[in-house]
Amino acid sequence: MKSFACWPAMHKEESKVMKNNLFALVKKESLHILRDKRTMLIVILIPVVLIVLFGFAISTEVNNVNVAVVAPDRTNGVNDAVNRIAHNDYFTFCGYINQDQIDQQLRSGKVSAVIVFAPDFDRRLEQIYAGLPSTPIIQLIVDASDVNSAGAATAYMQEILLGTASQQAMFETRMLFNPQMKSAYNFVPGIMGLIFILVCAMMTSVSIVREKEVGTMEVLLVSPMRPTKVFFAKMIPYFVISCVVLIIILLLSYYLLHVPMSGGVWGIFSMSLLYVLLSLSLGLLVSIVVKTQVAALLLSGMVMMLPMLLLSGMLFPIENFPKFFEVLSNVVPARWYIEGIRKMMIQGSPFVAVWKEFAILLGMTVIFFGVSLIKFNDKLE
Amino acid sequence: MSETVISVRNLTKRFGDFTAVNNISFDVYQGEIFGFLGANGAGKTTAMRMLCGLSYPTSGSGTVAGFNVMREGEMIKRHIGYMSQRFSLYNTLTVGENIKLFAGIYGLSKQVTAKRSDELLARLKFSSERNTLVKALPLGWKQKLAFAIAGIHRPEIIFLDEPTGGVDPVTRRQFWEMIYEAAEGGTTIFVTTHYMDEAEYCSRVSIMVDGEVRALDTPTRLKQQFNAGSMDEVFRMLARDAQRGE
Amino acid sequence: MRPFIVLLNKEFIKLRRDSFLPKLIVILPIALMLIAPLLVRMDVRNVNVAVVDLDHSTTSHRIVSHIKASEYLSLIGATAEFDLAMKGLEEGTIDIIVQIPDHFERDMAVSTPEKISIIANAVNATKGSMGTQYVVQTIAHALVEFGNEKSPNQLSEVVTVQNRYNPTLNYPHYMIPALMIIIFILVCGFLPALSIVEEKEVGTIEQINVSPVNRFDFTLSKLIPYWVIGFFALIVAMVIAHFVYGLIPAGSVWVIFLGTTLFILTISGFSLTMANFSNTMQQIMFVMFFFIMIFILMSGLLTPIDSMPDWAQTFTLLLPPRYFTDILRSVYLRGTTIAELWQNFVALGSFAIIFNILAAVTYKKQA
Repeated sequence: MKSFACWPAMHKEESKVMKNNLFALVKKESLHILRDKRTMLIVILIPVVLIVLFGFAISTEVNNVNVAVVAPDRTNGVNDAVNRIAHNDYFTFCGYINQDQIDQQLRSGKVSAVIVFAPDFDRRLEQIYAGLPSTPIIQLIVDASDVNSAGAATAYMQEILLGTASQQAMFETRMLFNPQMKSAYNFVPGIMGLIFILVCAMMTSVSIVREKEVGTMEVLLVSPMRPTKVFFAKMIPYFVISCVVLIIILLLSYYLLHVPMSGGVWGIFSMSLLYVLLSLSLGLLVSIVVKTQVAALLLSGMVMMLPMLLLSGMLFPIENFPKFFEVLSNVVPARWYIEGIRKMMIQGSPFVAVWKEFAILLGMTVIFFGVSLIKFNDKLE
Repeated sequence: MSETVISVRNLTKRFGDFTAVNNISFDVYQGEIFGFLGANGAGKTTAMRMLCGLSYPTSGSGTVAGFNVMREGEMIKRHIGYMSQRFSLYNTLTVGENIKLFAGIYGLSKQVTAKRSDELLARLKFSSERNTLVKALPLGWKQKLAFAIAGIHRPEIIFLDEPTGGVDPVTRRQFWEMIYEAAEGGTTIFVTTHYMDEAEYCSRVSIMVDGEVRALDTPTRLKQQFNAGSMDEVFRMLARDAQRGE
Repeated sequence: MRPFIVLLNKEFIKLRRDSFLPKLIVILPIALMLIAPLLVRMDVRNVNVAVVDLDHSTTSHRIVSHIKASEYLSLIGATAEFDLAMKGLEEGTIDIIVQIPDHFERDMAVSTPEKISIIANAVNATKGSMGTQYVVQTIAHALVEFGNEKSPNQLSEVVTVQNRYNPTLNYPHYMIPALMIIIFILVCGFLPALSIVEEKEVGTIEQINVSPVNRFDFTLSKLIPYWVIGFFALIVAMVIAHFVYGLIPAGSVWVIFLGTTLFILTISGFSLTMANFSNTMQQIMFVMFFFIMIFILMSGLLTPIDSMPDWAQTFTLLLPPRYFTDILRSVYLRGTTIAELWQNFVALGSFAIIFNILAAVTYKKQA
């Protein structure tokens, strides 16, 4: 029968044992994860490849548009115009064709646009300059299936053919925050959001559910360790992995893509860590609700990743959405994260400017953790 | 003297610089219940997988049902049955569907399948459970069903890998009765286990420690040899210096 | 033959009884086809413009009303407060600020006026540049109408533009074939791999490996259900495209079926090949995610291949979806014939053969 005086000592010993247990469990989890080298490699590769692709390969700019020309009279004016097109980087001049070839060339995809010059072009051009009325002397036939490219190509062609450079002289344009017009900047926050969901929601939930499936989860839960500690032990290694990946992404963004990050790195870190916690709580929630790994995978994939890819604004601008989806996107956590990071990383806004986004993410994290806890206690009974 | 159905010479399996099975040699005779004993991690399952054509030996040779384990794995498979630790039946299929599946896999026609299916279910007294999903069955029933299905194509040898794990003693006893019945019918049984009391049920027993066969004889003679009262004692004496296992 | 039949039967039974997959297979294509075309837009619309009008002339008012009337631009306000506008730019409520300088109208009549200042938030570079373009064009039009600019713009009246194959510039029509392909990739590229790896993890695959089952029979039994599902997805997608979005194939439906068949064969073969090298769910999940990500980003589904640098364009020749994207969009939107697409078909057909052979050959019953 131990006396009261021993209680503090006992308690201290007990909590030391608990701490050791947690540490041991975390260590076991980490070793288990690290043993799967292929997965670890891919966890690193995904953000790296995405940054390279978005930074250097993918672009929505129009380039290399194949253009053919129909010109019954190859006058000086025609040659001049064709030269301008051929020397322009946006276009690739594919040669002269006949009127009856237009259909086939466009339909087969050999060319994306055909410029048709009216016969007797030079004379008709002079007439126009003289102010006399005239019918159209240039026809642009454009493959409009790719709407973006068609619109841009049409605009560029008109500029080149009509020499509307003078228009530009009237304007002074400034592109803020992104003077080099790198489309990559816009996508980096999305890449971050994506990889965190992948690691913290999908990977974590699959890992927890695997123990459930194999049966060792029950073993852990009946052990003297409190269930919350079990879940902590599962989440901590993924938290660490996320931090490592975060650092890699930030380094690559800064040194490879030259993203300015003028708002200060700490703000970006704080918001990212909060988002990691949020993703972990989502992973936890999924793992409590489902029974098999496949279900965990598909649930986190369909319910988390897909909405994130479509609705968060990482790839497709929210402003383009129909009203209903614009409202719906408010529910997607990634939307706020991406907005906040964009402001800090690219616009250089200070942390205080994104307090709203931070607060929303904080609220969501608390809610998800709360729901997980409730559901977990339910399941325990 | 019964014919030799399994013959193993200097069989070795290495994974990198870890030698799981080290130079084992033995014979198994027709109609025997051959027990392959050892602690967890001793190499039993690895050795058995080589005999079943699931894994290529690193060196050495062996024949099972007259076929070479290195080159004729697919032929071996036509003549053996197998039941793994995990019972490996499809959980989301019914009892009847599992039987039809495995019978079909071994090439039995629809009529033969139907006949054997009825026989099997009657023998196990499962006929009422034909349409029950396997995942709803208690562990002991799954085990018996898996064993029965392993023999549905009347193989010469049935390999059993730790078949009685996690099951209560009564069910274990019933299971061994099934094994006896099969052996009496001429089927050779090759069974691995880490339950030493089950060794008493075998015709001959081999004990693996750290990847090597340290003893091979009938249970009676082994107990005499080691001056032990039970197979358990025999094992503990052999395993005293073991590096691997519990 | 019998082993193959019972194996195939087993796959269908398993699929039917699964708690998740049947719902997913039905809901995913339908949901994506109904929702995604509305969301997956990379065109630039609703550019929020604020005009800082320091001139207060008829000209400047004309400019403002043109901006208001533009279908791409959204006039947020015409204010005199530059700082207010700038704040909006930083917060994201305003995308472009147009500042019309003092005495603009007066100077135009005389000589070269002070330049109109356009400040764009270029965090989204495409929006910034295209938005600026639209603003410039809109203002230029306004000035033309007002008669202040001369010949170059009169010329713009004598150029006509004919938009073929998509005269209404319907963006969803452009994206729907891409979305269909994404559905195929998810359903026929991701799920078959999961099916095999699940058997590996549960252990039933061992029972198969220890039996005399032919690996071609086994592989085929794993593939066929997903071919069926892929076709189901195709029908659903085409029906929704037709009745909800009004998109009807301009070309032959048989060519679409052939292309889809080859693509489904290819992508499921690829899926199984990857699965043969993975032993855990976690691994296959990440490996497939990686490849699917590359397929979707680099095959011309979301952004044009022509816009990529040369090295990237060469790389895309290795990606099977690239050929099918070309086929499906061409046939759906332009009515391209199979003869005109023969190279794509040959490439896709070769991939189909290669990956299916690989899927069977890389399956090891004995390790």
